[in-house]
Amino acid sequence: MPVSISSSKLIYQSLKDVGVRLVSALPETWLVHLIRMAEEDREMQLVRLAKEEEGVGISAGAHLAGVSSAMLMQNHGFLASVNGIVSCAQLYRIPLLMLISHRGEFGERDPWQTEGGGVTIHVLDALRIPHARLESPDHVGARIHKAHTLAKSASRPVALLLCRDLMWEEA
Amino acid sequence: MKRRDAMEAVYGELDRCVVVTIMGAVAAELQSLGHRPNFFYLQHAMGLASSMGLGIALARPELKVVVFDGDGSILMNLGGLTTLARYRPRNLIHVVFDNESLLSVGGFPTATSTGSDIAGMAAAAGIARTSTVRTLEEFRSAFADAMTTDDLTTMVAKVEAVGPSGYVTDLSLLENRYQFQRYLRETRPSSP
Repeated sequence: MPVSISSSKLIYQSLKDVGVRLVSALPETWLVHLIRMAEEDREMQLVRLAKEEEGVGISAGAHLAGVSSAMLMQNHGFLASVNGIVSCAQLYRIPLLMLISHRGEFGERDPWQTEGGGVTIHVLDALRIPHARLESPDHVGARIHKAHTLAKSASRPVALLLCRDLMWEEA
Repeated sequence: MKRRDAMEAVYGELDRCVVVTIMGAVAAELQSLGHRPNFFYLQHAMGLASSMGLGIALARPELKVVVFDGDGSILMNLGGLTTLARYRPRNLIHVVFDNESLLSVGGFPTATSTGSDIAGMAAAAGIARTSTVRTLEEFRSAFADAMTTDDLTTMVAKVEAVGPSGYVTDLSLLENRYQFQRYLRETRPSSP
């Protein structure tokens, strides 16, 4: 499976560096290495979800209790979380750090991913969620750090889009 | 059994806990018994009170966390029961007030009115300690038992479909949120 291990390591280390100690996740192909890294890390609490919206509540609880968290999900999982984001995280000013695998863009071979790819950014914009793309390894450290900083200072959700050129190494 | 009476019966024990409630009648009735800084009312995001409770319970294992949930809310997050079961936070008491209706939006019946069994679903999700109680005495006793047991408990309390005359209180959402966060910060054990 050509999911980039080196990019995954970089992302994971950047999450550790900004102080993330709890990660909620629902498996998706591009996230497999990240989820394994969280699972094998004794300093990280991994919470495997049944549906991504749960992760909003878990992150909100962890934040109020003093633990920094991140959500790992596919863009379809983000779409499935919208009410939680609006009526928990935004209503209560919770700094969510969302890492969203951005499926369905140029190069996508799976027909079922293509609709979600076309609407993700529009939904983020409609929700007024600041977002940035992680497309190459040199984006990762600085953008995760800056996104985390804004999430905390604004006390609002932010999103980083994990893009194909970063996550997928064509065989 | 009335939900307010049930909460009143255990109110004295809540000062040793962190409490997360759902919106609507539960939030308004608990506030009418007396708000405390360790109470948080999730005034929307139906279904996520139990997930918030899980997040707090995992982050702060030394605290006892009580979630006051409802049938309408938990029915929106049944998958969350499997997540609760999977992580089995031993410091979490999950109380579901089941009045078999969506009381605050007109009293339309939920699926528990036609036989869906929340305690049964919680047990089937893998939660080891579940119960359904129907009287105030049973409620008091099941809650006391959960308080002294070091394990995740989901207890369903069958209650009458009656509530307060209004749901908006003078406690602002963000005031509640920051006060609650401050409470959690101030009770945090100092790091080694």
